[in-house]
Amino acid sequence: MTQTTSISAPPDEPRTAGPGRELTPEQRAKQANRRLHKSEHRWALAFVAAPVLGFLLFTVYPVVFAAYASLTSWNGLGPMTFVGLDNYTRLIGDEYFRTSLWNTFFYMIGIPIGLVLAMLLALALNRKIPGRTALRTIYYVPVISSLAAIAIVWQFAYNGDFGLVNQVLSWFGVQGPDWLANTATVKPALIIMAIWKGLGYSMLLYLAAIQSVPASLLEAAALDGANAFQRFRSITLPMVRPVTFFLIVTNIIAGSQIFTEINIMTPTGGPEFSSASIVYYIVRQAFRYQQMGYATAMSIVLGILVFVITVVQFRLNRRNSFSIE
Amino acid sequence: MSRRNSMGVAAQNRLVNGLVLAVLVLGAVVMIAPLLWMFTTAIKSKVEVFALPPVLWPDVPQWDTFTRMWSEAPILSGFRNSIIVAGTVTVVGSITSSLAAFALAKLRLPFKNAIFLGLLSGLMIPFPTIMIPQFVMFAKIGWVDTLLPLIVPLLFGNIIMIFFLRQYLESVPDSIVEAAKIDGASYLQIFRVMILPMIRPAIAAQFILWFMAIWNDYLAPILYLNTESRQTLQVVIANLNVEFATQRDYPLIMGASFVALLPILIVFLIFQRQIIESVALTGTKG
Repeated sequence: MTQTTSISAPPDEPRTAGPGRELTPEQRAKQANRRLHKSEHRWALAFVAAPVLGFLLFTVYPVVFAAYASLTSWNGLGPMTFVGLDNYTRLIGDEYFRTSLWNTFFYMIGIPIGLVLAMLLALALNRKIPGRTALRTIYYVPVISSLAAIAIVWQFAYNGDFGLVNQVLSWFGVQGPDWLANTATVKPALIIMAIWKGLGYSMLLYLAAIQSVPASLLEAAALDGANAFQRFRSITLPMVRPVTFFLIVTNIIAGSQIFTEINIMTPTGGPEFSSASIVYYIVRQAFRYQQMGYATAMSIVLGILVFVITVVQFRLNRRNSFSIE
Repeated sequence: MSRRNSMGVAAQNRLVNGLVLAVLVLGAVVMIAPLLWMFTTAIKSKVEVFALPPVLWPDVPQWDTFTRMWSEAPILSGFRNSIIVAGTVTVVGSITSSLAAFALAKLRLPFKNAIFLGLLSGLMIPFPTIMIPQFVMFAKIGWVDTLLPLIVPLLFGNIIMIFFLRQYLESVPDSIVEAAKIDGASYLQIFRVMILPMIRPAIAAQFILWFMAIWNDYLAPILYLNTESRQTLQVVIANLNVEFATQRDYPLIMGASFVALLPILIVFLIFQRQIIESVALTGTKG
């Protein structure tokens, strides 16, 4: 890659060609090379044109537009009236926004729980157990299933009277609540479902990482008298840290955009708005109440949050000795 | 090796494996229970759905749920629309993505790394941030309530796929490409004859993952599609959930949701190996 840039870097050319008219054979070869490369540049440009154009049209332009729209009062159709930072100050005082922000953070409790479970699962499936391929498949099925269908069946499962969850609880003599209708249980219910849905994915990544830990390392530690737990804590766990990091970053980014299950399972945002997420509130403000300017301000706040979280996490990770290669 | 004799270790191992297996099987039951329940509910009668004590398997399975839902709900058009969207996007998008990956990995292009990093930065921008401007854009050209806003932006390629294929191509020596150029092969020929066969497994894996993602997408389709016959499958079943819940026709809702899962489930079971390997690779290679 380095040689590519030195060949094609334009600033070098005038200096080497110099003010003198006579060209050394070397320089003539270089010029011929450049002519040759010109066609390569053109083809390469044609090949990357589509993603670049798509990026400019469907990402860069919308971001710039959103940044401006967030400073206006606008219903999406009519004129955009510039109002400065009014939308942002309004956000601070908006009880619904604060609630949906808090809910979105609350849902992230599920991330560490899910990762611990996935790690235990991966360790278990790494043992020579009969039927482990079939088990791995079963644990992975929720991952590939569509969230909309999953949300529908879980909404039904959480029904207070005839839902599966309370039916199972009743076998143990427990009278379950109407999960999605209570402020105290609606968020835990959604978290449990999210853990169930994502478990197979994290399990799979951990399994792949565990299997790439050199066996010789573990054997050497065993010879030195380290027990299974010590081997796990001082060898396996540090070795799979890149995967943990990857899962935390992607889970937080995905978690900050949680929408589908909220919208399907609690279409009104739950009792007292207790299940509404940021994206749920954005969609509601933008597409039901036509508060496009205000909703865009929220979407900018969300974008900044995601950006900051990502940057902070990459900074933190750089300090670790293990990083994503 | 250790102070215990080897027979003891083996026996202990077997005991632990037995216990682990029991826990795993129990966990597997929990994982699969909601989906099984979805299926059994679909073939229950309306009375059995609400029966107490609960009915686990219906006395007379109502298989007609799976036939009547096609006429009572727009599931067929949902299927058609989802196939149109996911099919067009993944086929065209895979071609544009692999051409771009080829250029970014193996061709000379000024500011190549800057272009690549620029594209990658797009991954940091969440869809909700740009969905309102995109929606307004498409509203202005009259594309709302058509499938076009779901298709067109994605035809320009998938950055994750480009990233993945570019990584894959890094292992291909530059000299092979240079030799082909000296032999007078055009860049399209090099791509078609040399590069494409090499990256085909990677494309296939990414293709399936992308297809699944679009098939299962819900947020963008629900913003754009209002008319029932133009909705994708996920929107159709989500609307059924609202509409038929008031009629207490849970078998129909569950049947339709189950059918919506089936295509991806079948694809997964067939291509399990490739999908799992590809997912593991994406995650561990970051």
